Amino acid sequence: MSEIKQASAACVPTPSSGESEEETKIAVQNLDLFYGDFHALHGVNMDIPANQITAFIGPSGCGKSTLLRTLNRMNDLVEGCRIEGVVALDGENIYAKGTDVNHLRRRVGMVFQKPNPFPMSVYDNVAFGPRTHGIKGKEELDGIVENALRKAAIWDELKDRLKKSALGLSGGQQQRLCIARALAVEPEVLLMDEATSALDPLSTGRIEDLAVELKKDYTVVMVTHNMQQAARISDKCAFFLLGDLVEYGDTQMLFSHPVDKRTEDYITGRFG
Amino acid sequence: MMRTVFQHELSLLDAQMLVMASSMEEAVVSAVKVMEERDAELAARVIEGDDDIDRQERDVESLCLKLLLTQQPVASDLRHVSSALKMVGDMERIGDQAADICDTMLAIDGPIDARLSKHLRGMAEQACDMVHDAVEAFVESDVEKARAVIGSDEQVDELFCKVKNDVIAAIKEDSEPANSLVEALMAAKYLERIADHAENVAEWVEYGLTGMHKGDLIG
Repeated sequence: MSEIKQASAACVPTPSSGESEEETKIAVQNLDLFYGDFHALHGVNMDIPANQITAFIGPSGCGKSTLLRTLNRMNDLVEGCRIEGVVALDGENIYAKGTDVNHLRRRVGMVFQKPNPFPMSVYDNVAFGPRTHGIKGKEELDGIVENALRKAAIWDELKDRLKKSALGLSGGQQQRLCIARALAVEPEVLLMDEATSALDPLSTGRIEDLAVELKKDYTVVMVTHNMQQAARISDKCAFFLLGDLVEYGDTQMLFSHPVDKRTEDYITGRFG
Repeated sequence: MMRTVFQHELSLLDAQMLVMASSMEEAVVSAVKVMEERDAELAARVIEGDDDIDRQERDVESLCLKLLLTQQPVASDLRHVSSALKMVGDMERIGDQAADICDTMLAIDGPIDARLSKHLRGMAEQACDMVHDAVEAFVESDVEKARAVIGSDEQVDELFCKVKNDVIAAIKEDSEPANSLVEALMAAKYLERIADHAENVAEWVEYGLTGMHKGDLIG
């Protein structure tokens, strides 16, 4: 990793609706990301608070999903991807040499746009992570599976179908199962990459309620194209455009009094 | 430009607001004329016209609710729609009070006491100016003009106190025209309320343009 660069784009902070002390869970500092020659993120700086929902919004290709994937080093899997800057989880740079990426991804779980249950039973899906981390005892696994399914608000629906294939569940159930699977390894941060965009409104509502419930115990960071969703459930919101973090602040203020004209134009649909 | 349907509907909202604002201003100007001239026909037209203002208010409210439901506006668009929704409430009340002034004037027998008449005229002029300027601030999206209206009702309040004292003094001198004097006091109260509502309209104009309402950023 090369030296930290100065921020190339100044982010406009949206005025706060109230002063409050916030604990920073993830600090992104002077982050530049390149896919080969393409400069996808330009000097991003932001503090993501603990136990809140932070939403990333912006048009396609703005870099919001790219930034989300830097938070648990999923971009390491992309060929030609190069990162400069710091992403600090609880003050420690996750891009520092010697970082245990598997341990990082245990601490920072992820749920994707399309539900992706493994072709195995509901129980085995949730137990998969803990088993790979060495937990073998049936009693302990039973407890972990039940706890994770309860936290994902799907235990009552699935408690009698634990041995059935996860592929037989509805899309909304599959997505909550994937959240349970992510929670089973006891992460501290949950990344949601357009986690409701493939779901019907009822399932979307359940996942949104779940995200609000989960923030009591986890830090949630989500990418969404649904601005009403960002306005409904996120505490902080960041608007990205062409790789720049344009504006970041309290969601209510960003949606009522955006500071930057580009934010106003995007959220009011005046981008032409 | 994207969201052309939404833009068209926002223009429609502005057009409806303008029609209502002009009906309301006309009602106030006419009510003041009724005070001066005791024109019973004009008074009847103002009282009748109040139903139109009520209908215009319902049309604006209905369009605002439709926009909130279907377009889910945010930022300046949300302020635009929500300030219109608040403004029409004050504009409707101004229409009511113009009609009330006409009712009151028709109940007065004979000329109004000269001192009282002078102060009432002062109130009417000031209230008319405030209504006119608030409407103009809205039409021209002129935040400075809106701010100039805010606070200017103090002069109207002062004049109202003078009218009240005039009425008390006049009744003490001669209790014969007491009924008419009390009616005149009622008219003064309606003018004072019109000025208050004009100030409210100006405050919502400022909010729609800046997000600030009575010194606070509302979000």
